[in-house]
Amino acid sequence: MATFQLELVSPEKLLLSRQVEMAVIPAAEGEMGVLAGHAPMIVTLRGGVIRVTENGQVTDRLFVAGGFAEVTPERCTVLADEATPVTELSRADAEARIRDAEADYAAASDDTPERRDAAMAKLLAARAMLDAAEAA
Amino acid sequence: MPSLKALRGRINSVKSTRKITQAMKMVAAAKLRRAQTQAEQARPYAERMARMLASLGASVAGSPDAPRMLVGTGADKVHLLVVVTADRGLAGPFNTNVGRFARNRIRALEAEGKTVKVLSVGRKGATFLKREFPRHIVGEISFMGKKRIGFEDAAMIAERITDMLEAGEFDVCTLLYNRFQSVITQVPTDQRLIPAPLPEASEAASDQQALYEYEPAEEEILATLLPRNLAIQVYRALLENNAGFYGSQMNAMDNATRNAGEMINKLTLNYNRTRQANITKELIEIISGAEAV
Repeated sequence: MATFQLELVSPEKLLLSRQVEMAVIPAAEGEMGVLAGHAPMIVTLRGGVIRVTENGQVTDRLFVAGGFAEVTPERCTVLADEATPVTELSRADAEARIRDAEADYAAASDDTPERRDAAMAKLLAARAMLDAAEAA
Repeated sequence: MPSLKALRGRINSVKSTRKITQAMKMVAAAKLRRAQTQAEQARPYAERMARMLASLGASVAGSPDAPRMLVGTGADKVHLLVVVTADRGLAGPFNTNVGRFARNRIRALEAEGKTVKVLSVGRKGATFLKREFPRHIVGEISFMGKKRIGFEDAAMIAERITDMLEAGEFDVCTLLYNRFQSVITQVPTDQRLIPAPLPEASEAASDQQALYEYEPAEEEILATLLPRNLAIQVYRALLENNAGFYGSQMNAMDNATRNAGEMINKLTLNYNRTRQANITKELIEIISGAEAV
């Protein structure tokens, strides 16, 4: 099957750069499967898991806390705010993060709508992290 | 001529100084390597982000309701300078160079009748600038006692800048830091953050841009991309500053070690001469005493 170059970068390092068959990325408006030859797109991401498929099998699953992705027919670049392989996630971390995010959200309740949205996105990302940690 | 005992004391003290500077040099070299890899690892993200920003920015910049972070407030009255220095000294002219660079910039801006505000990152720059421009400083940030600078630290600074922008506290924001050119050269550099400098899109690139589909709309992506970009620029400056600091410290300590070595040689020579002179003097006394008998 045709392959394309998948790159996953976080501000702190380049996590992944190789040829893959398919990647499913958690775009802000729904999960998006990327295959070789995809139409060029720029999307934002929400918190969720990127699944990488090679030779018909899921070979890598990485949690991202949000970010952006640029898709072109021969390449897919994911700029993640933060990325961790799912196997390294821990439930306790995720739960602590949910508590933080809930506190932030409560504190932001009378802030500007943008702030509230940002706090909400953080909370959703934290919940997605817990789900990912439990599934692993 | 100093006594033998005093000379011995000085030689010993210079020797222990040399030991310390040598150890500091080794430590700085090890930390430099780490800081350099960290700076290199951060590069891919910044590059790709610049590419995305270029394609997005070009399509939005013309519209009248483009975000402030991209086009600025339209005025050019109040300048915010973010001065990045190290938290510690003993690194040769590293901190003074940025400090002097910032001072010249502040004077030049004031001569043009602009208001200047300074946000200082790093302890050394803060003390330097506070002495000269106590009323310009609007904030100080220091990472004293932190082992490793993470992205969240940069995000914190970026958030502070964003808050100030939203409150309308400045029009133009510039970042001043030491760019890490090589281990021996760090160049004080200024980089404009707000309004965001857009790379000139070439003809070929603009053809390609038209093809992108955006999800959600350009404006919404841009609204999240711009603060990120700000944080990334700050992050890069922090890392370059960090790498440059260790490079400069390594150099300074290398020089200090060499100077201490020279000093020891000089003192040892002096010590031996004095010792020899003393022996000769004693011999003369003995011989002339024996002759007199």
